[in-house]
Amino acid sequence: MEKHDFREVLQRSPFFPRADALSQVKVWSPWNGYQTARIYDTLASEYFAIRSSCSVFDMTPMGKYRITGPDAIRFLTRLVTRDISKLKPGRVTYVVWCNDEGQVLDDGTIFHLGDDGYRLCAQHNQLDWLLISALGMDVTIEEETHEVAALSVQGPTSYSVLEAAGIDGLQELKPFDIVNTFLDGFDVMVSRTGFTGDLGYELWVDPNDALALWDAIFGVKARGLYDVRPIGLEALEMVRIEAGFIVPGDDFNTAETAVRADRSRSPFELGLGWVVNFDKPYFTGKRALLEEHARPIKRRLVKLSTEGNKPPHDSFLYDGKNGQRIGTIKTAIWSPILKSNLAMAEVEYIKGKRPAEIWAQIYYQKELEWKVVWERCEISGKPFWNPPRRNATPPEPF
Amino acid sequence: MTRSGSAIIIGAGHNGLVCATYLAKAGYAVQILEAREVVGGGASTREFAEGFRVSGLAHVLHPLNPKIVKELGLGAKGAKPGTAIDTISLDRDGRHLTLSTDSVSGAGLSDADAQAYSAFKREFRRYAKALEPMTMNKPPRLKDMDNTDKLTLAKLGWKLRFGLGKISMREFLRVGGSNIYDVLNEFFEDQRLKGAIAADAVIGHHMGPRTPTSVLTYLQRLRGELYGAEILPSGGMGEVANILAGVAERAGVKIRTEAPVQRIVVTDHKATGVQLQSGESIEADIVISNADAKATFLHLVGTEYLDAMFAHRVHKTRTEGTVAKLHFALKDLPRIEGLSEAQLGQRLLVAPDMRYVEHAFNHAKYGRYSDAPVLEITIPSLADTSLAPAGQHVMSVSASFAPYSLKEGWDKSTGDFADKVVALIADYAPGFAAQIIAREILTPVDIEREYKVTGGHWHHGEMSIGQSFMMRPVHGAAQYDTPIEGLFLCGAAAHPGGGITGIPGHNAAKRILAMKAGR
Ligand SMILES: Cc1cc2nc3c(=O)[nH]c(=O)nc-3n(C[C@H](O)[C@H](O)[C@H](O)COP(=O)(O)OP(=O)(O)OC[C@H]3O[C@@H](n4cnc5c(N)ncnc54)[C@H](O)[C@@H]3O)c2cc1C
Repeated sequence: MEKHDFREVLQRSPFFPRADALSQVKVWSPWNGYQTARIYDTLASEYFAIRSSCSVFDMTPMGKYRITGPDAIRFLTRLVTRDISKLKPGRVTYVVWCNDEGQVLDDGTIFHLGDDGYRLCAQHNQLDWLLISALGMDVTIEEETHEVAALSVQGPTSYSVLEAAGIDGLQELKPFDIVNTFLDGFDVMVSRTGFTGDLGYELWVDPNDALALWDAIFGVKARGLYDVRPIGLEALEMVRIEAGFIVPGDDFNTAETAVRADRSRSPFELGLGWVVNFDKPYFTGKRALLEEHARPIKRRLVKLSTEGNKPPHDSFLYDGKNGQRIGTIKTAIWSPILKSNLAMAEVEYIKGKRPAEIWAQIYYQKELEWKVVWERCEISGKPFWNPPRRNATPPEPF
Repeated sequence: MTRSGSAIIIGAGHNGLVCATYLAKAGYAVQILEAREVVGGGASTREFAEGFRVSGLAHVLHPLNPKIVKELGLGAKGAKPGTAIDTISLDRDGRHLTLSTDSVSGAGLSDADAQAYSAFKREFRRYAKALEPMTMNKPPRLKDMDNTDKLTLAKLGWKLRFGLGKISMREFLRVGGSNIYDVLNEFFEDQRLKGAIAADAVIGHHMGPRTPTSVLTYLQRLRGELYGAEILPSGGMGEVANILAGVAERAGVKIRTEAPVQRIVVTDHKATGVQLQSGESIEADIVISNADAKATFLHLVGTEYLDAMFAHRVHKTRTEGTVAKLHFALKDLPRIEGLSEAQLGQRLLVAPDMRYVEHAFNHAKYGRYSDAPVLEITIPSLADTSLAPAGQHVMSVSASFAPYSLKEGWDKSTGDFADKVVALIADYAPGFAAQIIAREILTPVDIEREYKVTGGHWHHGEMSIGQSFMMRPVHGAAQYDTPIEGLFLCGAAAHPGGGITGIPGHNAAKRILAMKAGR
């Protein structure tokens, strides 16, 4: 792959020529140093591609790190809060990692690539922290963000589309499984993973094969078999909230960027206690997290739905209508498929307990006129959107 | 006596010995495991040629803190284990200066400078005294202070404000963070005098006289003078360690030499014992390390038991030594024009002026050894004839600057540097080279290997302001306890740093006992 031209502020992914050609509106955002589409034509059509047919998202900018060497597993054990000693070759797992104070630096996924070591994926650049964490360990850490091109193909027909595109071996692939296969003579690694809470796959190829992969997938549409649409960051933002996935930097301050003492968050505060394992060997932040765990929890990032038809953007939350202020909305959407307002919100807990009744004070505009309404909120313990097809193996064909 | 628990101390350096004795007296069952054949670490005597013995690293002693002498019962011998000495700054033309704690004399020295010296020493010793509350206690934490911390800060504030008085305090605040080069230029005219004081300010540090905070390192050195003039210990510095080992053993401490520790055993985030290089495992309630911070955390504990940033901080501490030690077996006594035999028995300095010292340091900045090094020379066999065969002598030299990381590597350069030192001494002592029967040079790399000190550093780590007080050795382990429960530091890596003082050992023991008592 050609090296990035330093005169360009943002670099372009190897899929860019195709993405650019399909972009009707040319709305881009920087993500991890790449020029990334926010939207291709309309948000609605992209959103419904994910939920009703097949969507394609260029996830090349995702930070990717290859971890190899005799101490790779020791290194990862010390890095992340989760017990990954049982992660088998060909499997993927979700992880978070913390600083010494037990505050979350980022989340991501670890791919066990068998003899090729591990791949760690994270939304933000983590190379510094990985190198710091490698002190005293016999491991090699290489950033491979630019050496691996990746597409996320998601939606109910994604399996059928990929099959029609000529990618074999997906039938028995279970969620979080990896398979190495071929397409027209080049290697494709496929993992049944994604950020949409739906049936979907992530495909990983050499950047030189990127356009061929894109063309094979979109060729399915050209042949009139299934609809396939590229989607941008905005549609992804909608579906990830429906699926209950958090975004570091949006839903909470990462420890690296937090300036004020109480602005960073622990995994417990983010509702990620389930990925913290105290029974495994030492990991960075364990001491601090053990101490925190012994005290009542101060606050939680929660999945919140609000009544009415106004999404609670930037709203404050109250303990009862007109009650004491106990939190804020971090991110919010109107969910077309669930016909509901969904949000990620941070709620202060009182003596380790969450408030009995939460109300949002929602400001909204009507023809440039500001209005305010109060709406009752409900915390959801489960993802808002979690259809059976997401995990069905073999996936339903269409 | 009630048994408080069992303690293992890694290393029988003088600080390990002091810490051990305090703990044993408080009821701990203490065992010291020392890697070397002898106790003392940097305070040990070595035979480097048949019949010639010398202080291995440290050769000049400031009297130990009287509180430690008294509490450990070191007796008169512990209070003064040798001969008190002055410093003589050598001059190529034979116009040497003699510096005592309060006065200076020598050919060509002006009355004004002589008087300024007395005033300077009086004033700066008062600053050193004002800082003492910080020295004999754990450095206060700035967040979540306990009562001891508050008392330390209160005492410090009191001593600074009322001990010094308004004018002195203002002056202290003015010069405290400054460099010794500027300060000495304000006080004195005489180049020789300024050179000698500047050398004392930077010896053992990666610093030149012009480096900011070289006033603080000078004050740190002056702290030793609060208890009297420097001493050349009879029998070498190893005798000081032997005295400490004696009281330790009488207090019930078990000392094992040739027992190098391979690793500190950590179970559920708690230190539970050690494993020796031999494979033997020993359990204990607490483990105390006299080794430096890098050795302790990065090698004996291992990063996998530590938070990543903490390990990183330890890794990033500056620990590269700058001083080489040279030992000479001499056929007969060197002759230096203008010095009597008694004067040859003092501490001799080659630091003719401040620019010389600064220039010597410049080389170290760029990974080279000084072309014209600063030397601290003693001939201990003058006061203690047992150190060399009859009529013959040993000379002990600390040579600065000899940086640990030498560009061309020490393998190739050790001999050249030793030759350079010999030639430099011969400039002052004609015929010196021909008097040498045997010689030995320990570069920082050799010191690291033989004395098990990372970087071969005099202080187990730079005494820069960023590695002092509540940041020594690093934030997170600055109060003798560490992130690993039951693991403590007691050596020079901990506050207030290196030199033969016993203070880190004393403070560590005090801290351990206070924590045990729930304070
Ligand atoms: C060249 C040079 C000249 C110096 N000159 C002077 C001087 O004139 N006056 C002065 O006051 N100071 C001087 N110093 C400084 C002084 O020697 C040190 O600051 C002092 O020795 C530190 O004492 P300590 O007890 O903390 O550690 P050390 O004396 O270093 O003792 C640590 C002990 O721990 C042992 N140890 C380490 N690791 C292990 C292990 N894994 N298992 C078992 N044992 C272990 C070591 O063998 C050693 O015995 C000099 C230093 C140098 C390098």
